Amino acid sequence: MENTMQLDQPKPTLSMNPKKFALWLFIVTVVMVFAALTSAYIVKQSEGNWLDFELPSAFFISSVIIVLSSIALHWSYYAARKDNLFGLKAGLILSLTLGLLFLVAQYISWVQLVERNVYFVGNPSGSFIYVFTGLHGAHLVSGLIFIFVIIYKAFRLKIHSRSLTSFEMCLTYWHFLGALWLYLYIFMMINH
Amino acid sequence: MASTATLHGADVHEHEHKDNFITKYVFTTDHKTIAKQFLITGIFWAIIGGLMSLIFRLQLGFPDMQLDWLRPFLGKWITDAGKLDPEFYLALVTMHGTIMVFFVLTAGLSGTFANFLIPLQIGARDMASGFMNMLSYWFFFVSSVIMFVSLFIETGPASGGWVVYPPLSALPQAVSGSGLGMTLWLVSMTFFIASTLLGGINYIATVINLRTRGMSFSKLPLTIWALFLTAVIGLLSFPVLFAAALLLVFDRSFGTSFYLSEIYIAGEALPNIGGSPVLYQHLFWFLGHPEVYIVLLPALGITSEIIATQSRKPIFGYKAMIISMLGIAVLSFVVWAHHMFVSGLNPFLGSVFMLLTLVIAVPSAVKVFNYLTTLWKGNIIFTPAMLFSIGLVSFFISGGLTGIFLGNAAIDIQLHDTYFVVAHFHLVMGSASFFGLMAGVYHWFPKMFGRMMDEKLGYIHFWLTFVGVYLVFFPMHYIGIAGFPRRYYSFTSFDAFNIFADLNTFVSIAAIATFGAQLIFLFNFFYSMYRGRLAPANPWNSNTLEWTTPRNPGHGNWEGEIPTVYRWPYDYSKPGAREDFIPQHIPYSATPESNLPHENEKIEEEKEIEKLPVDDQH
Repeated sequence: MENTMQLDQPKPTLSMNPKKFALWLFIVTVVMVFAALTSAYIVKQSEGNWLDFELPSAFFISSVIIVLSSIALHWSYYAARKDNLFGLKAGLILSLTLGLLFLVAQYISWVQLVERNVYFVGNPSGSFIYVFTGLHGAHLVSGLIFIFVIIYKAFRLKIHSRSLTSFEMCLTYWHFLGALWLYLYIFMMINH
Repeated sequence: MASTATLHGADVHEHEHKDNFITKYVFTTDHKTIAKQFLITGIFWAIIGGLMSLIFRLQLGFPDMQLDWLRPFLGKWITDAGKLDPEFYLALVTMHGTIMVFFVLTAGLSGTFANFLIPLQIGARDMASGFMNMLSYWFFFVSSVIMFVSLFIETGPASGGWVVYPPLSALPQAVSGSGLGMTLWLVSMTFFIASTLLGGINYIATVINLRTRGMSFSKLPLTIWALFLTAVIGLLSFPVLFAAALLLVFDRSFGTSFYLSEIYIAGEALPNIGGSPVLYQHLFWFLGHPEVYIVLLPALGITSEIIATQSRKPIFGYKAMIISMLGIAVLSFVVWAHHMFVSGLNPFLGSVFMLLTLVIAVPSAVKVFNYLTTLWKGNIIFTPAMLFSIGLVSFFISGGLTGIFLGNAAIDIQLHDTYFVVAHFHLVMGSASFFGLMAGVYHWFPKMFGRMMDEKLGYIHFWLTFVGVYLVFFPMHYIGIAGFPRRYYSFTSFDAFNIFADLNTFVSIAAIATFGAQLIFLFNFFYSMYRGRLAPANPWNSNTLEWTTPRNPGHGNWEGEIPTVYRWPYDYSKPGAREDFIPQHIPYSATPESNLPHENEKIEEEKEIEKLPVDDQH
């Protein structure tokens, strides 16, 4: 009992904003969903009866777009920290536009899959690609809505160097979605 | 109301004059009320789930019984011959499992006690996000409504077992419950997952961010440790169930073949190609096994708290308890395939999973040892909560021992999907967690409702339930070893099973009696809520922070400043102390008579704690 009772050095409780912390926990849940789906992909693939086909070339374009979009958002964030309102708004709008373009590129990738006679319904090897892109796309839409909210706030002058919490959360989420897509793309390239 | 509030404006709490009925009891953000909402909903579901088990126990125990008298309730599910419809039997088994595992022992247990105890025991005004917490309950409510509706539709509720394995669950033509009932099951579970994740994110954020000053992790009550780890497990495993369910939805509604390989049904070939039903089992059990610990850990945490308090002794092995819970949490993610030993799993993988499964026996045994050593030579006070806690330990031992056999890949070939498994998990997971829930209700009822539950009724409830549970589940081991498969509608057509017919009848009678005993609890619970003896501030002479709040704490819990924490929560019967308990908010400088030498040194550190900002979370 004596040993178990050692008092820790008094520390202030963790100073992270609870909302930011909750966002990270949410990101953990999304990671687990995709971890489950990608491991399901590997398990299914190892069981055989697996259709091979070439991945759509649009995936490469969409990857470039999403990276550019993340860079644009980060540039906007730096601008906000320096209270450069023009840079803030321009970066946000550029990021939003690139995000929409990403969705267009993902749609084109689906068209390319159909051209290869790979449909959502059929061999799971193709269905998985649709699920990965579709579910990621659904999360991306939520990210776009988040950016849109930030744009709205920015135009009402509610985002500036002393009020960045919501923007920082948006930034974290958007970078995460970009990284998630890159993970999925690399995963599909390696395991297909 | 508003005018009186302004008259005494200075000392009226800012929350009090805003509340109307809707914001206070329905769409509330107060964690204590949300906890009660979870509890009442959980009790409602426990009654439904319990009644279902009685209906199928009637069928199993009295296969020749005329069930016409159930027709007013079950309608066409009682056939013209006065028998239970076999497909509805399967639906009952399925819904009993779903309701008990998810709605009662996950939402009803974790939802109630994580919400109620986390802010009160760590010294917080409320959860990190009261709104998300409210959303968590209402998602659960929507999920409950959908599941409840599915009980009454014409084709019946889902009937593929609570694990909803495809292809049975994926093909609407397989069984009538796989139609609309299964769709509603999936929709309901989606809301349920959302509810659990919202709750879990909140619990974790609260425990990490909102502890009062001085409340380090090494001073957290074990209940909080258990609820915290439960939330972490849920956060990591429920998304996987979501992924599994998503693919199942695609298979059912869009015609994909994730889980469906080439298959003939009623002589007709289906277009599906290349899927694998075992894939679903992997995904499901990656949630399913951690789910067992999501159900059990809160009960173990509650038990630790109650056994220490009512033995008037420090918990034995505080750190060992935490480490074993951490061990259980980690191991729970790497044992899922022991549910799949007979699914054609590679025998080598089977050995790996068998080893990992048996390793869980180590932290479990550490916990049991610590419970027994805490009880050893304690000044035990047998409150109903204490009895239920000891009952939990008993079930944890007797049910855990059979787990060692089931975890063995070779023995599992004989025992898989028999009543032996049913007996095992009903004792170790079902009854143990249910006893944890009951212990928690009896122990924290005074804090929830400001009144005491009747002890005598509590004793009667305990003994009838404790004996009843063993009478129900112990014979099932024999039935299982004899080879009775679970989920079968009837055994009358197998000559070999005739000799066990009387045992099945016995089990059914015991089950009905045990359910009847729960009515005593229901009466006690609702009667005491309004008519019980008024509770003193600290009825159990307990050390934790919730007993420093007013008898009926308002929204915000403490009227003044949140107490500061100086010591661990288990200073019971400390030699030299004036009383046999020293609450967590009493500094060492106030108890020179009982301090040990190293604790006197900590008096200096207390000044450091007091320098920390009060961080009032108003």
